[in-house]
Amino acid sequence: MKRRDFVKKTTLSSFAVLIGTELVFGSQMLEGYTPLALQKTDPFKLFDKNPEMIVLNDKPWNIEAQTHLLDDKITPNSSMFVRNNGLLPKAIDHRTWTLTIDGESVKNEKTYTLAELKSKFEKHTYQLTIECGGNGRNEFDPPAKGNQWTVGAVHCASWSGVRLRDVLEDVGIKSNAVYIGFHTIDTHLSNDPNKEVISRGCPMPKAMQDETILAFQMNGKDIPLIHGYPLRLVAGGWPASVSGKWVNRISVRDKIHDGPKMTGASYKVPCDPIAPGEKVRDEDMCIIESMPVKSLITYPKSGAIIKKGTSLNIRGHAWAGELEVIKMEYSIDFGSTWKTDTIEKPSNRLAWQHFSTTIDFPKPGYYEVWARATDSNGNAQPMIVPGWNPKGYLNNASHRIAVKVK
Amino acid sequence: MNKEEAFRIHVKKVYRILMLIFTLFVFTIGGLVYYIVNPDSLGFNSSKESVAVIPIEVDDDRIENGIHLKTGLKDADGLMLVVNNCTNCHSSKLVTQNRMSTEGWNATIKWMQETQNLWDLGRNQESIVNYLVTNYPPVGKGRRMVLTDVDWYELEN
Repeated sequence: MKRRDFVKKTTLSSFAVLIGTELVFGSQMLEGYTPLALQKTDPFKLFDKNPEMIVLNDKPWNIEAQTHLLDDKITPNSSMFVRNNGLLPKAIDHRTWTLTIDGESVKNEKTYTLAELKSKFEKHTYQLTIECGGNGRNEFDPPAKGNQWTVGAVHCASWSGVRLRDVLEDVGIKSNAVYIGFHTIDTHLSNDPNKEVISRGCPMPKAMQDETILAFQMNGKDIPLIHGYPLRLVAGGWPASVSGKWVNRISVRDKIHDGPKMTGASYKVPCDPIAPGEKVRDEDMCIIESMPVKSLITYPKSGAIIKKGTSLNIRGHAWAGELEVIKMEYSIDFGSTWKTDTIEKPSNRLAWQHFSTTIDFPKPGYYEVWARATDSNGNAQPMIVPGWNPKGYLNNASHRIAVKVK
Repeated sequence: MNKEEAFRIHVKKVYRILMLIFTLFVFTIGGLVYYIVNPDSLGFNSSKESVAVIPIEVDDDRIENGIHLKTGLKDADGLMLVVNNCTNCHSSKLVTQNRMSTEGWNATIKWMQETQNLWDLGRNQESIVNYLVTNYPPVGKGRRMVLTDVDWYELEN
């Protein structure tokens, strides 16, 4: 028996001892698996997260915020949602980290160290809204497959780095360039080293925007490991999966990038609307680009009881993908009447905007405060869950909080 | 050299030997303890393929109030098949979050086999899917759910 086989067999039988049962078809498991039973960690300490964050999944790590944790104008790390498709990379050395730009549509492949990126190109800082394409998935009926995000898979942190455009121009891009695709160093859940976890990207016009950056800082510090240290592509206003973490290579493609999670039904919605539960062929699915208009009431926390005769101050944030929010409203009578809130301009394009207002309630009782944002194209948030789609993306239904007056 | 002196020299010799053995003993034990605390110090275990011995609480498959404690899965027919086949790569939380029909689960298993290196489940697939649709059935939500689990609190303005 080869040593490797022996080790694998003994590993499996020791799993059987530990878990108390044989792993069925365990011999078909790949090497390097550590059954979840053997992993125990505290994500809040590990990732410096607020203990009120909700862990949806611990392998891979998927953690979301509750709305009241998102009250800050610039989201601190402690309240930022975590969405991972694979296992966290280990042992990153920023001194040896490089970024390679390659692909069919570069004139010459080129590699930069982190130090070169920082010294060669101008540094820019932007507040950028990043929302998971599946935020709100838990409301779809019939249920859609995947992590059942409620409302907390969104954040707007301050990101610093260099413009992707500056780097691509330095490399030299051919006129046939269509799309960029990022490559990352996280590990596939199956531990198969030949499998890429996620490799998504965006069309050239988005890649060339001022605000699309290769970030090495978040909120003025090194990016936390869980959010992409040491280098993250940040493309605000688009599904968060475009903002690749731990990026070490970007391919400039002469066609729409075809890496994992670019194909099939991933991050796509039916090109034409369908009935709930209806089947859609992959070729009838279209890639999500800009995220839809949306808002969250971040203060007060749902469940506030106030005294009759006192007014309630509310506040929150609104965003609209590539667009700007031009109107913010609230209703305390389930949409019969709407009143306007004060909404600030964004600190820069693609940053979420802050709204606030004061509400007076006519009489004691149970109320829900509903929030509705309208974007610069005149699209407002729906009060009910919008068009069903197989993967449960783009739920931008109005956010609401419960309030009692007594 | 009288007898008494010879005896004293003899005792000294024995004493020295004993001290030497004792010192060696102390060093050996010390070294062993250090090695146990830092098993990589001598570089014997550097091979990546070696099996790590991981201490783990006894009886990891305890079931309390109908819940398999380790995974949070409901105790029912097929539980251990689900634990052993569906919680290796990903957490059981991904399983219990999702509510699907038999057709939906079979399609998901096929997708995991095609793209995620899931192994052939053989005849166990039917039992696994039965467990899932029986214990975690889809719940009707309509177009908008009622706000539930509201945590009421007094707000001082």
